Amino acid sequence: MADTHIVRFENVNKSFGHKVVFVGLDLAIRTGETLTVIGGSGTGKSVLLKMLIGLLDADSGRILFDGAPLADEKDFARTRRRVGMLFQGGALFDSLTVGENIAYPLLERGQVARGELASIVAGKLSMVGLEGIEDLKPSQLSGGMQKRVALARAIATEPEVILYDEPTTGLDPANASRINHLIRHLQGLLGVTSIVVTHDMQAAFYVSDRIALLADHCIAAVDTVESIRASKDPRVAAFIEGTYGTDG
Amino acid sequence: MSAAEIASWGRMGGWIYHVGGVAGMGLKTLVRVATGRVEPFETGRQIEALGVQSLSITVLTAMFTGMVMAIQLGYVIMRFGATEYVGNALVISFFRELGPVLTTLLVGGRIGAGMTAELGSMSVTEQIDAVKALGADPITKLVVPRVLAVCISLPLLAGLADIIGVFGGMFICRYEFGISYDFYLASVMDSGTLMDYMSGVSKTLVFGFFIAVIACYMGFATRGGTEGVGRATTTTVVVTSVNTLILDFFLTKLLTLLGV
Repeated sequence: MADTHIVRFENVNKSFGHKVVFVGLDLAIRTGETLTVIGGSGTGKSVLLKMLIGLLDADSGRILFDGAPLADEKDFARTRRRVGMLFQGGALFDSLTVGENIAYPLLERGQVARGELASIVAGKLSMVGLEGIEDLKPSQLSGGMQKRVALARAIATEPEVILYDEPTTGLDPANASRINHLIRHLQGLLGVTSIVVTHDMQAAFYVSDRIALLADHCIAAVDTVESIRASKDPRVAAFIEGTYGTDG
Repeated sequence: MSAAEIASWGRMGGWIYHVGGVAGMGLKTLVRVATGRVEPFETGRQIEALGVQSLSITVLTAMFTGMVMAIQLGYVIMRFGATEYVGNALVISFFRELGPVLTTLLVGGRIGAGMTAELGSMSVTEQIDAVKALGADPITKLVVPRVLAVCISLPLLAGLADIIGVFGGMFICRYEFGISYDFYLASVMDSGTLMDYMSGVSKTLVFGFFIAVIACYMGFATRGGTEGVGRATTTTVVVTSVNTLILDFFLTKLLTLLGV
């Protein structure tokens, strides 16, 4: 039977020096779903995303993409062509304009002719609700606009999987809500698999099909939004109530 | 043994880890240059930013150093009644040592710090990760253009500094010691050979390569926000300066053995 999971982490271990991040982590993400990974600060949520596209190496264990294990840089390079990532701070290139930022992955991958670039860039900006700002520099944009431009860049190559690293962190409630709506909207529009990392429970409940809790160096729970809401697991309940990791 | 294990050996482990990192980045850069993975437009932009922008500091430093050297040499040689040999002494010391090393220390410090600060800022804002995530190779995109720009610019700047320094000495000789321009230039041409000039300039190619690779590595390895960028930049200036002086000794020894 065909594997319905596009991404699998199998018994993954990861440490930074003496700091242990993952011990025997297992997680499978189904094709086409939006899975949100929640967890406290420093539990390794971003590390999980970065390991999938080879920005960080796992110490041991296996990571599979579309059924194939990612063993070397060539495998990760192939994976990166099929994955888009929205970085926590946007990570827009300061020296380039908004238009050049969005065109960057298209030019690097040689997917389109230069003549088509302008219309593709305009189309992606339109998808995130920002028309006509191609010539502005990232420094001329607000935080919310930068996140939306970064999202336009992440979807520029029409990836099969989109990784969202803390998409609403640092944004005011209105902009956070706008980004959450965009994630849902793009999910419906593009039909992609999305992996969202956040500690914002409102965002997690709104955008997710399933939620996974990262705690104690592994995935402590993974289930549908409804099941997570109703979970009796003290760690899940504590995280939803906002008391996880506190002494009180 | 993993890099993380080596890095955890304390201070010495950290140094070994970083030396390995610099060597790895240098090797990767050379492989990309050898296989033609070069970005001509970005390299040109870096030559403008790193080389052309360093012209004024190079000219100013060389001019005044040449003048100071002429005064120092002139009054020392005067005791032996050989003031007319100032040009001969100055041109050899400038071509072989002062011009290249002084230019490298000053310009290298400036461009090394600039590169680390820029790449360090990119690192802490995840822009370097983004380059890779978007399908590009950070070494080809960010390191190779900077290394090439420094390896092209620094020898040219050092070559210019040699000439400016000698001319700086010429003015002092004329107005301080009454040596005519014609006599000074004749003594310079008599003593300073093309070999002297090239041996000094060629050293800056090696200095430049190491400065650029160390600065890029420090930028890539920057962690800890803006504080980390400041720390990395300071470290780059110290490490590249010390590295230049140590390299200078070994290169000078090597060139002497080769009869250059």
